[in-house]
Amino acid sequence: MQLAGEIILLIGAIFIFLGALGLLRMPDVYNRIQVGTKAVTLGVIGVIVGVALIHPLWWSKLFVILGFILLTSPVSSSAITKAFYRSGIKPWTKARKMKGKKKKAQKEENKETSS
Amino acid sequence: MYLYFGKQMKKRSSPYALTFVINFLLWLLLTATFAIDELISGVIISIIVSLITAPKMKILNGLNIHFGFLFGLLKYLAYFFYALIKANFDLAKRVLSLDMKIHPGMVEIKTTMQSDLGKLFLANSITLTPGTLTVDVYDNRMLVHWIDVPEHLDIEATTKAIVSKFEDYLKEFVK
Amino acid sequence: MIISAMTLIAIAALFTLYRLLFGPTNADRIVSADALALITTVVLIFMALVFDSILYLDIALVYSILSFVGIIALARVIEAKVHNKGEK
Repeated sequence: MQLAGEIILLIGAIFIFLGALGLLRMPDVYNRIQVGTKAVTLGVIGVIVGVALIHPLWWSKLFVILGFILLTSPVSSSAITKAFYRSGIKPWTKARKMKGKKKKAQKEENKETSS
Repeated sequence: MYLYFGKQMKKRSSPYALTFVINFLLWLLLTATFAIDELISGVIISIIVSLITAPKMKILNGLNIHFGFLFGLLKYLAYFFYALIKANFDLAKRVLSLDMKIHPGMVEIKTTMQSDLGKLFLANSITLTPGTLTVDVYDNRMLVHWIDVPEHLDIEATTKAIVSKFEDYLKEFVK
Repeated sequence: MIISAMTLIAIAALFTLYRLLFGPTNADRIVSADALALITTVVLIFMALVFDSILYLDIALVYSILSFVGIIALARVIEAKVHNKGEK
């Protein structure tokens, strides 16, 4: 039980790490919200399940936290995305099959328009 | 929570009983005892809180409580967790690859959910599943940011790709 | 194993902090603040595990509620600003 809990805990931490890495690497705000919400939410679920396996007596409080995070984290990210979209931040787009310098040039252009 | 509801404030009765049940369940989970004092104070506090908040909780009227309610909810949750884990492995692959294979864009989808609660559940499900993020909700349209838009898609195909499976599961317990 | 998980979460917090400080636009800062609030909830749950006390879970719950309310308020403020600009 202890070992399984710790393994799930570690998996959750890895997903939180990946989410933060995505937050660092993605090109624009909308993609960052996607990665930040999704990966970090699964990481939180993993950590909560792991702690529940290590301390089975705490399950009720952990269950409340889990339900609350599952309900509210998508709502809050959706709300801020809606606000950004209405305030006129253009999403970053990339046409398919463009290579080399052309792609880079377009990237620069998009960055200027989005900021 | 009331982000997702627009004009649909129809005149319905306030869900006092349902709010009370939810409040009392929350009380039980937070105190985690069955001592008689705790139960009595829990009942009193739940009654007071539900009297105050039930007129604002009309969104709960969207729940379709019938015989297979719990079963439908469990089936939906199982599918939801499966989709969530799949989404995250997909996302991890994208984050770790050197040139991120993303073609982001905005698409519009249609929904057949009737109630506001159904739209809320659907929007949350879309946000937490593979590469999609709900941006805005109109009457029966949703604006979705998709991280990897395929070429040449019309609204029917997009709807089919993103939401129709969730709607099938959701319709078993919300209107 | 718990130690390595905590190290990973610390590095993740550093990444989000980088976005919070040097994010190119204000929108990036808000997004990273949202993610950082979730990470702080996780850190509080870890503290409950390390110090072996259930009280930290209550703190985690209240912290996540407060951060949710804060993010919604921020979104409202941004939308209201846009609305006022349109009317003028």
